Amino acid sequence: MKPFTIHTGIVGTLDRVNVDTDQIIPKQFLKRIERTGFEDALFFDWRFNADGSLNPEFELNQPRFAGASVLLARANFGCGSSREHAPWALDNYGFRVIIAPSYADIFFNNCFKNGMLPIRLSEEQIEELFQRTKAREGYQLTVDLAQQTITDSEGLSISFEVDSFRKHCLLNGLDDIGLTLQHEDKIAAFEARRAAV
Amino acid sequence: MARTLFDKIWERHVVHQEEGKPAILYIDLHLVHEVTSPQAFEGLRLSNRPVRRPERTVLTVDHNIPTWSRSLPVTDPVSKQQIDTLEKNAADFGLRIYSLNSVQQGIVHVIGPELGYTQPGMTIVCGDSHTSTHGAFGALAFGIGTSEVEHVLATQCLQQSKAKSFRITVDGTLPVGVTAKDIILYIIRTIGTDGATGYVIEYAGEAIRNLSMEERMTVCNMSIEAGARAGLIAPDEKTFVYLQGREFAPQGEAWEKAVADWRTLPTEDGAVFDRELHIDASQLVPQITWGTSPGMVADITGQVPDPEAMPDENSKKAARRALEYMGLTAGTPLEEVAIDRVFIGSCTNSRIEDLRAAAAVAKGRKVAANVNAMVVPGSQAIKHQAEAEGLDQVFTEAGFDWRESGCSMCLAMNPDVLSPGERCASTSNRNFEGRQGAGGRTHLVSPAMAAAAAIAGHFVDVRNF
Repeated sequence: MKPFTIHTGIVGTLDRVNVDTDQIIPKQFLKRIERTGFEDALFFDWRFNADGSLNPEFELNQPRFAGASVLLARANFGCGSSREHAPWALDNYGFRVIIAPSYADIFFNNCFKNGMLPIRLSEEQIEELFQRTKAREGYQLTVDLAQQTITDSEGLSISFEVDSFRKHCLLNGLDDIGLTLQHEDKIAAFEARRAAV
Repeated sequence: MARTLFDKIWERHVVHQEEGKPAILYIDLHLVHEVTSPQAFEGLRLSNRPVRRPERTVLTVDHNIPTWSRSLPVTDPVSKQQIDTLEKNAADFGLRIYSLNSVQQGIVHVIGPELGYTQPGMTIVCGDSHTSTHGAFGALAFGIGTSEVEHVLATQCLQQSKAKSFRITVDGTLPVGVTAKDIILYIIRTIGTDGATGYVIEYAGEAIRNLSMEERMTVCNMSIEAGARAGLIAPDEKTFVYLQGREFAPQGEAWEKAVADWRTLPTEDGAVFDRELHIDASQLVPQITWGTSPGMVADITGQVPDPEAMPDENSKKAARRALEYMGLTAGTPLEEVAIDRVFIGSCTNSRIEDLRAAAAVAKGRKVAANVNAMVVPGSQAIKHQAEAEGLDQVFTEAGFDWRESGCSMCLAMNPDVLSPGERCASTSNRNFEGRQGAGGRTHLVSPAMAAAAAIAGHFVDVRNF
């Protein structure tokens, strides 16, 4: 897994609650058997008109959000289907960080498995970031995982919580499976113990 | 200290736990389907890892397969490739698969219990959020992403932090015409689609105990729609009766031993939950979703709600957007909403009792002229059972289309898709924008409510039908 340490990028906003993974990537794109190539599928039904042209009404299509790599979202982001294609599509498109008041469990977990950092902040802090992004074209945030801070160039500094083990894995780009297999002897002993019952 | 059902299952499966780290949790049963597994098997190949416990791994195709006659080919080349890939992975890694033409094929969450794989006290995972279905048997069952599918294939374990516990007690007796689907829709309506995020729900109370196993599966199935990690119901005599004699359930002496163990699983008196909620089943009426989130639910006797009456700005915006998408006007009685399509199926409501309930409504009646209605059994076994009971005749005589088993129009990955603007009465679990087809409008209801809507051409209160 690619490590995550410090990231600075343009903030793109998605001002809707309960964005489900069916919206993040609709079902017709789940038939691929690779982990890459999902960037054009991201938010497909919102991003594109029926004729394939870009939908100018969709927030992230605004020119000011071109190249955004920090996604600012609302509560319960990533609810619904467990499809890991959702974080893949966000990652393939270029998002490395998501900031929202809350996430669905499976989506939240899937992000960490792909070297992406989903951050939880309070509703007030999220609202503040929405206002700042709205006020300044090209608004950028710097996310420092080691320090657990979010900063901008205007003196804003917010600290965030992250599970210490997830942080350790992200900072070092550790492979979960490799970590678990370090305990192979314990798994084997567990299996032997149960077989004996 | 008194322990919960969840505590007991959890403790039995912790292989290793270090301070400040997630537990390494052993997984008893890993269900696998064609859509969320190809990248996981590819990962195993790249790192040259085998499947650790092939005998604990069960594969089937369900998500993208057509529901037309099994004698016809899969015409979508991309779906075909995914199906073929699962077959190849089964062969390469030596895994049991219920193939497209197997008489035991079906939706992964339908065949797990049907074949007796699903048992009380187990940990069960699948790369599918509706894995919560299996919690109806008192198994800790939850959906995982593809990276975790690979993790379980390689290690038979997962790294997991223990969720909090939430008991929802449903007291009283369910009125006639009100079903398990209505209970769970009402719960999601009450606590919201993130109401149980971070929790494992245990459903308890008289109304839950009185449900059949199939009805319990309907309730647990939609736990994820309330954000829950899993849903659980304590195993009891009904659970044991359901499982006894099924192909992969313990047999003979092992059965007696297993049942004795399963009896020790239920939550002990005095156990403390992190959160509790009580619901009175006797007050429930049939439920229907009106919007684009499974929390947007109303009584069938009610009206399309007014977004301006919502409690906060985010809910107002979401409701306005939902009504626009759904083509509905605030204040319209829900019984006046006309439909174009009906879908009876999915891991929520495609079992034999669901089909019987729908057939009882459809018998001797005709689907409205402007409505296209389909019935998709959850498995081949259910399809054959329904045909043995003559339910297929009831449906086809009434004008329903009788299909082969699969996930079908619950997520519309296969050719069963709504056209833009079409409105559907659906027994499935999600009414998200475009879920059943881009621009499609989904209303979630019980099987009896869906059948009644098919006949009437608009939603009706099945209690008066």
